Amino acid sequence: MTERKQDVARRADKAPMATAWDYAPAPEARDIVRIQERYGLFIGGKFVEPLSGERYTTIDPAREEPLSEVAQANKADVNRAVKAARGAFEGAWSKLRPSERAKYLFRIARILQERSREFAVLESLNGGKPIRESRDVDVPLAAAHFFYYAGWADKLEYAFPNRRPRPIGVAGQIIPWNFPLLMLAWKIAPALAAGNTVVLKPAETTPLTALLFCDVIRQAELPPGVVNIVTGDGRTGAEIVAHPGVDKIAFTGSTEVGKAIQRTLAGTGKRLTLELGGKAANIIFDDAPLDQAVEGIINGIYFNQGHVCCAGSRLFVQESIYEATLAKLKRRMKTLRVGDPLDKNTDVGAINSKQQLEKITSLVQSGIDEGAELYQPPCTLPERGYWFVPTVFTNVAQSYRIAQEEIFGPVLSVLTFRTPDEAIEKANNTPYGLSAGVWTEKGSRILAMAQRLRAGVVWANTYNRFDPASPFGGYKESGFGREGGRHGLEAYVALDDT
Amino acid sequence: MATAPALPGGFELPLEPRLPRLGSVDAVALEERADVLSKRSIKRESKVFALDLAIRMMDLTTLEGADTPGKVAALSSKGIRPDPTDPGIPSVAAICVYPNLVPYALERTRGTDVKVASVATAFPSGQSPLEVKLEETRWVVEAGAHEVDMVIDRGAFLSGRYAQVYDEIVRVKEICAGRAHLKVIIETGELGTYDNVRRASLLAIAGGADFIKTSTGKAATNATLPVALCMLEVIRDVHEETGRVVGMKVAGGIRQSKQAVQFLVQVHETLGLAWLTPDRYRIGASTLLNDVLMQIRKERTGRYQNPDYFTID
Repeated sequence: MTERKQDVARRADKAPMATAWDYAPAPEARDIVRIQERYGLFIGGKFVEPLSGERYTTIDPAREEPLSEVAQANKADVNRAVKAARGAFEGAWSKLRPSERAKYLFRIARILQERSREFAVLESLNGGKPIRESRDVDVPLAAAHFFYYAGWADKLEYAFPNRRPRPIGVAGQIIPWNFPLLMLAWKIAPALAAGNTVVLKPAETTPLTALLFCDVIRQAELPPGVVNIVTGDGRTGAEIVAHPGVDKIAFTGSTEVGKAIQRTLAGTGKRLTLELGGKAANIIFDDAPLDQAVEGIINGIYFNQGHVCCAGSRLFVQESIYEATLAKLKRRMKTLRVGDPLDKNTDVGAINSKQQLEKITSLVQSGIDEGAELYQPPCTLPERGYWFVPTVFTNVAQSYRIAQEEIFGPVLSVLTFRTPDEAIEKANNTPYGLSAGVWTEKGSRILAMAQRLRAGVVWANTYNRFDPASPFGGYKESGFGREGGRHGLEAYVALDDT
Repeated sequence: MATAPALPGGFELPLEPRLPRLGSVDAVALEERADVLSKRSIKRESKVFALDLAIRMMDLTTLEGADTPGKVAALSSKGIRPDPTDPGIPSVAAICVYPNLVPYALERTRGTDVKVASVATAFPSGQSPLEVKLEETRWVVEAGAHEVDMVIDRGAFLSGRYAQVYDEIVRVKEICAGRAHLKVIIETGELGTYDNVRRASLLAIAGGADFIKTSTGKAATNATLPVALCMLEVIRDVHEETGRVVGMKVAGGIRQSKQAVQFLVQVHETLGLAWLTPDRYRIGASTLLNDVLMQIRKERTGRYQNPDYFTID
């Protein structure tokens, strides 16, 4: 027996424990996508020089390197785009057989799938999100949205029984920088399925996948003018909102801009849907499957660097499992791999812009100043580019700015509760109401919580999960109108009584 | 009756009323996490590191009715020197055989670091009287096996007789204690749910397992990534609450290097480097070894070599 013990000891000596297992870099090849040096505006089925004559540089936020020069559209450019859209609407598109519209949408969906790697690489390059996410989430979901709404195109009367749905006209769509291609799909697919034409403005910092999408439109031989893409900053967006030829505005972005748009549109008769900010509660009950709940917390707040309007940025943990949950959470945070967005093993990528990084930094400082306790895992950040270490705040009071304001970054605030009533009360105590998460083994409690949470989406034992068939949208200052599912069609049809 | 080893709070005996409160597992989220980890891209030197580790952690196994002294002798030689042309290739951790073949495996591996593991307790079904199982265990330990791979009584487990399962593990442990390492096979493919996998793992650890092991390799479903992750999380919980170290063995259906690397990534990102050693993690396999050798040679030379250049056993 002693002999055996020595034996074991000897073996342990011979095979010393490894001190590190660093994964070798596994970058996705970036040469699959060809980025042009400069882009015009996509109007009437072709790229045209901007009348404004202005361009700006769009960059790779992970390296602070320029990628391309894109046009800054002005009033005249927007006018041209709206005219093209109007022409296409009055011309062929609105009179096309619905099953023909469906064919175009199916075609776009298939081309997106075929070119998915190209789109994934470009999305990560221009936006800073990890390739794992653009490859497995953004691009497949974007294609899925086109597939889903292609199916509705010739079945609209079944979506609205006893009503006669007809298209509205020209939709002006303004999308954010956090999911550039996916938000484009959310906007364009239902609009086209219902027979509308579109003028879409991608976000200032992330125009490239939308511009690559123009190539898909050409490949799909969509009639000219049905989809027009104009790039530029907030001024371009304001021109679209103010243009009298636009029948409907769909906006996803900040609550502040959303309010300004609503003020501009008051009294014009234009339809409006807004998908704005959020400060979602992710609620963990003491009977939750803890390891999976911790994954849900991580996915809720560090997915896409926290640049998610429905991010689970307020974590509510039942007090009886607070210590255990926090220990597991911190331990898990240490395994997050922050770095090159194009590396297939990266979990958390770059912050989208300098401006956003400054906003996150200042809000985190306010958290420290107000007395919250900060935890960040040990982590080396690349020297160039915009980065922020995944952060968690404990000892947070409901009144702190970090518990009230949307940070839109990888920053989690942890609060506790004792009873379901208290959880509801605290979760609902926010001007926002976009989403929430509930973690419990008890089915009846899930239903009871979902009923009382003032949030457009309530996830149960999962988080940040999207499906084209499921409607998405907010309560209160998170906006109104729904995107996705049958509900998503409503924003793009006028309903006559039969 | 033996006294139970240190248990995490809330896990004290009696077991029956306690078990349903031992924590739960959400299947969808568990599988999602396992899927994310399986997509890690492990290349070049990090891949060689993993492959070398996989050999050192391997329980090279033959568990067939047709096993003979000759077969076991050949397997043992292969385990000691997996690639005679390359002295840089380490030996495997152990040779795993049926009880009758333990003496032959011992003879062949004498003087080397390669251990001999034997299955016991009416492997693979465990459907025999307790006395028979204990006697078999006693026999293999006295024959000199360094490690015993026992199976739990799934019949008892699935009919809710947890105490019986526990008692059996304790009795087997009494025989092994101080003489042989005990690996407890919970046969996840027959347990039906991840909640059961978690329960059975805790039961095995409570009973005194040095290692918990996924499968016999004889069921329709063997080691899957989510099942292994679920068990690693149990080991982690026990370690965090009590400091007790329990090892893990995956077995069955692991034939390719890529799978082995996926399992190791899980360990790395769940339990950390401390578990990336043959003392705490084992991979039970038979055909995996040659695939690993082939991959290592490919990493070194840049090209794949014909399988005929690797001895079959």
